Amino acid sequence: MEQLKTIGRELAMGSQGGFGQSKEFLDLVKSIGEARSKAEEDRIVLREIETLKRRLLEPDIPKRKMKEYIIRLLYVEMLGHDASFGYIHAVKMTHDDALPLKRTGYLAVTLFLSDDHDLIILIVNTIQKDLRSDNYLVVCAALNAVCKLINDETIPAVLPQVVELLGHSKEAVRKKAVMALHRFYQKSPGAVSHLVSNFRKRLCDNDPGVMGASLCPLFDLVTIDAKSYKDLVSSFVSILKQVAERRLPKSYDYHQMPAPFIQVKLLKILALLGSGDKQASESMYTVLGDIIRKSDSSTNIGNAVLYECICCVASIHPNPKLLESAADVIAKFLKSDSHNLKYMGIDALGRLIKLSPQIAEQHQLAVIDCLEDPDDTLKRKTFELLYKMTKSSNVEVIVDRMVDYMISISDDHYKTYIASRCVELAEQFAPSNHWFIQTMNKVFEHAGDLVNIKVAHNLMRLIAEGFGEDDDATDSQLRSSAVESYLRIIGEPKLPSMFLQAYAISALMKIYAFEVAAGRKVDMLPECQSFIEELLASHSTDLQQRAYELQAVVGLDAQAVQAILPRDTRCEEIEVDKDLSFLNGYVDQAIEKGAQPYIAEDERNGMGNVSNLRSQDQHESIQHGLRFEAYELPKPPMQSKVDPVSSTDVVPVPEALSYRETHPISSVGSTSEAGSSELKLRLDGVQKKWGRPTYSTPTSSTTNSPSEKPANGASHVDSATASYSKSRDSQNTKKTEIDPEKQKLAASLFGGSSQPERRSSTGHKASRSSGGAADGSRGSKAVEKTIQQPPPPDLLDFSDEPTVTSALPSVDPFKQLEGLLDSSMSSTTNHNAGTATIAPDIMSLYGDSTASQDSLDIFHGLSTEPTGATSGETTVTTLPQSVKGPNAKDALEKDALVRQMGVNPTSQNPNLFRDLLG
Amino acid sequence: MIHFVLLISRQGKVRLTKWYSPYSQKERSKVIRELSSEILSRGPKLCNFVEWRGFKVVYKRYASLYFCICSDQDDNELETLSIIHHYVETLDRYFGSVCELDLIFNFHKAYFILDEILLAGEMQETSKRTTLRLIAAQEELLEAAKEEASSLSSIIAQATK
Repeated sequence: MEQLKTIGRELAMGSQGGFGQSKEFLDLVKSIGEARSKAEEDRIVLREIETLKRRLLEPDIPKRKMKEYIIRLLYVEMLGHDASFGYIHAVKMTHDDALPLKRTGYLAVTLFLSDDHDLIILIVNTIQKDLRSDNYLVVCAALNAVCKLINDETIPAVLPQVVELLGHSKEAVRKKAVMALHRFYQKSPGAVSHLVSNFRKRLCDNDPGVMGASLCPLFDLVTIDAKSYKDLVSSFVSILKQVAERRLPKSYDYHQMPAPFIQVKLLKILALLGSGDKQASESMYTVLGDIIRKSDSSTNIGNAVLYECICCVASIHPNPKLLESAADVIAKFLKSDSHNLKYMGIDALGRLIKLSPQIAEQHQLAVIDCLEDPDDTLKRKTFELLYKMTKSSNVEVIVDRMVDYMISISDDHYKTYIASRCVELAEQFAPSNHWFIQTMNKVFEHAGDLVNIKVAHNLMRLIAEGFGEDDDATDSQLRSSAVESYLRIIGEPKLPSMFLQAYAISALMKIYAFEVAAGRKVDMLPECQSFIEELLASHSTDLQQRAYELQAVVGLDAQAVQAILPRDTRCEEIEVDKDLSFLNGYVDQAIEKGAQPYIAEDERNGMGNVSNLRSQDQHESIQHGLRFEAYELPKPPMQSKVDPVSSTDVVPVPEALSYRETHPISSVGSTSEAGSSELKLRLDGVQKKWGRPTYSTPTSSTTNSPSEKPANGASHVDSATASYSKSRDSQNTKKTEIDPEKQKLAASLFGGSSQPERRSSTGHKASRSSGGAADGSRGSKAVEKTIQQPPPPDLLDFSDEPTVTSALPSVDPFKQLEGLLDSSMSSTTNHNAGTATIAPDIMSLYGDSTASQDSLDIFHGLSTEPTGATSGETTVTTLPQSVKGPNAKDALEKDALVRQMGVNPTSQNPNLFRDLLG
Repeated sequence: MIHFVLLISRQGKVRLTKWYSPYSQKERSKVIRELSSEILSRGPKLCNFVEWRGFKVVYKRYASLYFCICSDQDDNELETLSIIHHYVETLDRYFGSVCELDLIFNFHKAYFILDEILLAGEMQETSKRTTLRLIAAQEELLEAAKEEASSLSSIIAQATK
């Protein structure tokens, strides 16, 4: 009887159009929703797991119940717990004939299993059967699963059927078949390479959905090999044209834009095809111009298309007119109040800057604003831009900023990234050797373990080799300054990393060896002495050995040192006898005396040591022979992240170690030598940059090309520097209302390339239009700045939002509901809660900034749309009003239903009932 | 390519997760923990993008729910943002003024809809109408099956067991 009752209730709920699950499940969801802490949630979920385990063992579970269990398993898994005990039931459910169950089964397996799971083999058969089904919905469900579950081993099992489905009569099936084939191509390009022509065919499909889907694989194919798809340029251009002219069905419109997602994909492909191809590019100019003109810059998606256009314009063969309109769009982005658009603007600027360097200058203040913005994302993007526009004239400012930022953050991933950027810039553009060493020291001090070892090798080599000067005095002066700086670092209470210690001692070693070899007497400083003593007892054998070596070397006479560390042989290759053939005699002797012959390590345990390339090869070949498991998937980057501790252990390059064993004394320089063979190319570049102390910063300003060598710049230097300072002055006077500090920064960042300088200094005909534009923009910039100073009262500006929200929980959602009822009947209520719920409409009209919290919340979603304040108003007012009418009723019904079921959201999350779209 | 989609509530509770790239269960919880702390702490005026481990995470808040999509570095952020909005609009049309509660109790339906919009980390269908029509076709069968199951005979059969 009891059972009948519950069934009755379930049925009642089902007929109400309710959530269709049992009370038990609803209770679970509810209790999890009300859990106050993660621990409590975990407890509830663990209890649920126990229940499910028990239930799943029961015999003859009715199918509908089973379906619910599977959904509950999904829920458990989604909350981060292990539901593997139930996977098999999900697999079984895919075998079911009824579509609703099959669909749920497929959903569950795609969410539970990865493509290398053991259970996949049980599903492949079902998938094969379902792909042949007459019901296209079954085929769709199976194709969804194919995309997720089929790996390179099982591709052949389903490939023929998927290819066949490309010609299915239902467009939904064709579309999914295209996506599935694309997935196959991503997983194992070799298996489907003979089928790529199908993607071309589907491009001409008469269903826009299928055509749009075929753009995804085509994009991948073009990325790999643009040449073989040049013949499609005209097709892509004509499709894009048709899309832009609204020839596609209305249902593909999105926010009044014609099929924008397809436009974006097409633009991406065209950018690749037009890159470096003048003829192809020329066919795109018209349509690109049209799209830029037509795109609606008041919606997100419109701006997405515009941004993609800029990327395309920057990538294809340049066209001055398009570049100009792209620059206009960028200006619009940067001037926008929306951070999203600023971000996109900065990014676009970085793309365009190579083609027209002068546009950065127009936006210098906007860029500096972004650099100083509290938003980290924007800041990082701006650093990216600065990285692209670095040249010898502004490298100091930029790298200093980067280093400061690097010190201030704690995110290791980004720290590594920005550290490598600093190093790269410093290596390329360093104005002086002293600055270079100081900068590198800073980088190593704060991110020592995160920097590529090669960088340290480079630095050490550089100090050891001198700076390519003929003049020894400068070299030794630099060396002593380097030593001083290392001493300072050693003097710090605790060195941040073993890595740094290793290099400090290597440097000391080289310098002392040099001094000794030169016949000078060496007095070891007490700091060094204590440092070495500390390292003698170091836990790291490498450091210990280095310390001992140093001690030994210092004690030797000049001649011996000269022999060990010859001064001028640093570029000579040292041949390392890896087979240690000179020991053969010794080995033979030992074997004769009955010693065991040596068995290579990888032969001993079958598995090679992965750290060494040779054994890795062997490892591979072994695996080729007897491989039972599926190939490993590429691990996501978080896993491949190198553990900083292990990276310090890697410091002693394996080769160097083996080398050291054979020639214990001469191993001193081996670290740098060992690294040098692969570094050769890069080092050469460095050496060239370092050829001359190039403090002649503004030389490149005359040409705007950062790679310009100072060879012909000697005569320009004076005039250019003069004009440089002059222009700075003129800038100062022009923009007195702007924060002088910002100005200075702008000057130091952008000054190097400014147009007016060029005019005044060299006097040759600077293109008048661009000069004028620069001037004009400067003027307008000042105006704009003053306007921006007192920001207009923004209707959508809810900057104080987070502080208010904390007070929110006291509002009872049901009160609000009642309020909603009241107000919809008679709008005269001054019920606090009531006004809150209907507030949005009124708010948007009157822009009352003392709005109560709720309306702010609702609004927030809308305000993040990159609409300008003015255009935003219209969407805000029209959109909710048109939808709100029926919604209020809908929401009420829903809420009543939920309340009936006993779901009563607590103060924790009062927003549960709020419509997502506001 | 999209690597995963996350729905988190303002309290940091997971409402939906969909992974298009392989992540182990352990990695998943770590990703969710990291991202939710990063995203939930961001102020309202900041931009909707977060650079994270070489990927881009685009998020958007609707009422008290955060929709997050992690995509490749070279993807168009504004497009991703529009995909989120497109998904929410589709949900809205399906549920009729969708609220968080709908997603809590019908998360599997939210999955079905997501599967019709995104497939294998790419956008497969950009027309809301087409998406919803397909979902409706599937549901019709679902309804038919439900009626069958709830016919009187099955009730009695279940009750007498």
